[in-house]
Amino acid sequence: MIKQRREVLKTGGGLGVLGLLAAAGVIKPELALAAWNESAFKAGSLEKTLAALGAGKPANSGDISINAPDIAENGAVVPIGVSTSLPKVESIAILIEKNPDALAAIFKLPEGTEANVQTRCKMGQTSNVYALVKADGKFLMAMKEVKVTLGGCGG
Amino acid sequence: MRMNRREFLQLLAVAAGGGLALHNDFAQAAQAAGQLYDLPRFGNVSLLHITDCHAQLLPIYFREPNVNLGIGAMQGKVPHLVGEHLLKAFHIKPGTAEAHAFTYLDFEQAARTYGKVGGFAHLATLVKRVKASRPGALLLDGGDTWQGSGTALWTNAQDMVDACKLLGVDVMTLHWEATYGEERVKEIEEKDFAGQIDIVAQNVKTTDFGDPVFKPYVIKPINGIPVAIIGQAFPYTPIANPRWQVPNWSYGIQDENMQAVVDEARGKGAQVVVVLSHNGMDVDLKMASRVKGIDAIFGGHTHDGVPQPVVVKHSGGQTLVTNAGSNGKYLGVMDFDVKHGKVVGYRYRLLPVFANFLPADRDMQALIDKVRAPYLDKLSEKLAVTEGLLYRRGNFNGTFDQVICDALMHVKGADIAFSPGFRWGTSLLPGDTITLEHVLDQTAITYPWTTLTEMTGTTIKTVLEDVCDNLFNPDPYYQQGGDMVRVGGLQYTCDPTASMGNRIQDMRLKGQPLDPNKVYKVAGWAPVSEEAKGAGAPIWDVVAEYLRAIKTVKPVELNLPTLKGVAGNPGIAL
Repeated sequence: MIKQRREVLKTGGGLGVLGLLAAAGVIKPELALAAWNESAFKAGSLEKTLAALGAGKPANSGDISINAPDIAENGAVVPIGVSTSLPKVESIAILIEKNPDALAAIFKLPEGTEANVQTRCKMGQTSNVYALVKADGKFLMAMKEVKVTLGGCGG
Repeated sequence: MRMNRREFLQLLAVAAGGGLALHNDFAQAAQAAGQLYDLPRFGNVSLLHITDCHAQLLPIYFREPNVNLGIGAMQGKVPHLVGEHLLKAFHIKPGTAEAHAFTYLDFEQAARTYGKVGGFAHLATLVKRVKASRPGALLLDGGDTWQGSGTALWTNAQDMVDACKLLGVDVMTLHWEATYGEERVKEIEEKDFAGQIDIVAQNVKTTDFGDPVFKPYVIKPINGIPVAIIGQAFPYTPIANPRWQVPNWSYGIQDENMQAVVDEARGKGAQVVVVLSHNGMDVDLKMASRVKGIDAIFGGHTHDGVPQPVVVKHSGGQTLVTNAGSNGKYLGVMDFDVKHGKVVGYRYRLLPVFANFLPADRDMQALIDKVRAPYLDKLSEKLAVTEGLLYRRGNFNGTFDQVICDALMHVKGADIAFSPGFRWGTSLLPGDTITLEHVLDQTAITYPWTTLTEMTGTTIKTVLEDVCDNLFNPDPYYQQGGDMVRVGGLQYTCDPTASMGNRIQDMRLKGQPLDPNKVYKVAGWAPVSEEAKGAGAPIWDVVAEYLRAIKTVKPVELNLPTLKGVAGNPGIAL
């Protein structure tokens, strides 16, 4: 028998469980209130966003991995995760080149946090997705193409 | 010429004695045919494999493609070899029963000589025969089993579920099964299959927390040797088929998770690790080069009848990759020799299931007759007679698809018709009567609605480019499988070797260039969006209406794109 958390949540009464998680300190409302970098989120192109983040032209790193589908199942909610083995990670940003504003998310990581984040992004078309990691004061980057297709016609 | 088995054997005797040449070396091939199914046992672990039968319970004809292009690094590589190129690569003698089974060559003549292929009653006989000489052998089903016929659709897959249980399937994975919806799949898994058939899929997780939906793998002892069978469902199910049918399930290829599952199974003592995959062969070949510790990947989805495995060498040793065709036409038999905890040798055969060589299994035939009985009148309605060969398979078009496109344009009053590049669908010989059952063999899906859409020339190009990239992207992980959308009314040029956005060129309607800004009426079917649910009449009604009206289908002239960049490619023979 495979136990799925969605079933546990359903039987646990949804909000009640979330409340418990909050009470247990797993979800802290104040976590959502980190500083909002408006200029970076509205910078537009990839190049301008990198400039707004003060990243310049970051070097590629093989130590950053992007966990995203090769082809998105639903362009409206594409799961994109980034993890890295780099030491002293300060922040991780997800940039989607073909989006009107490239910056989709930025995570500020307090010292000692495992550098492994995941979120869902909206993508209107096939695009390169970049993970920008600031570690030990330096910016490094990795890239993966995520295809957004019309669907249908599969064998 | 139709023969029962006795007549066939009598004919063999005559042919052998009198030198009656039917299909070149037919007499010789047929004498060898008795031995075709006489496989000496090898090793100590045997796995039998079927895939993509598409709910074909009865024997059928199935023409293999003459266009199956490989692009980039895949050019000229298995499975992208057709006709004589395939025969040469696998050392199969032209004009033999096997040459007929694996290629389109002389299809009509050879089909009349050797008869139909597949059929669960004949397959059951073969499975029993092979199992008898291989104690402990397991039967694996790669999926696309519950969809593809009128009876599967109307019984909500129950006919195939019962047939698979009777056939003795032990483990299966999924693709089209999901188009019956999450609840139905789980109902079959938990009730019908309980204690008998395991559904495995390491790459299906819930969309919310990423929890597993099915067992990722099972470990079964064969002659005392623990064998792990890992499932890999079709990774692009929610994209190629309607997402609303599996709203809570997420798929994907997931190499890293596959590696973790392989390591876990080895850790638990599995001495043989195989993957039962619905990736499609190009994806399987890439996965085999990236994930270590898999002895063999038993593949399907792309419907490639591959006589021998491709051996992929990598730092962790080697992985065998097979693909076992479609429509019940073949049974794969893999024999492993396992010594000191690992595979030290193998033998593989992909056996064509010639219905005339294998008597029907009585129990299976009784089950098939029983499930068909309530629908026989409806299924056997005679719609028209075909003067030419009707088939579907091929990268760009098939004659049956051309008929579907013609029906769509005619009945819906459209300038242009699109029909999905499905690879299932049986073949009919010249002179055959087209029944409603044959139409359902090409169309029976759970989202069969027809559509009539206004599209600009620009939109039409976007659609064609999108589908073309799903077929010809040089990285197989970005391909979805299936073939190019079939097009009625519209002519175009296609360069499969070009980049996305540049493959489709010179689109014309009745000789005139397509106007990017003009609006055209485009008919289609099998819409994947939820908004299109219940759109227009089901496609089989549209095709049946058209066939009833025309009564005779003249030999079909295929509307094929003008191809560029494929000269010398052994994946095409025109």
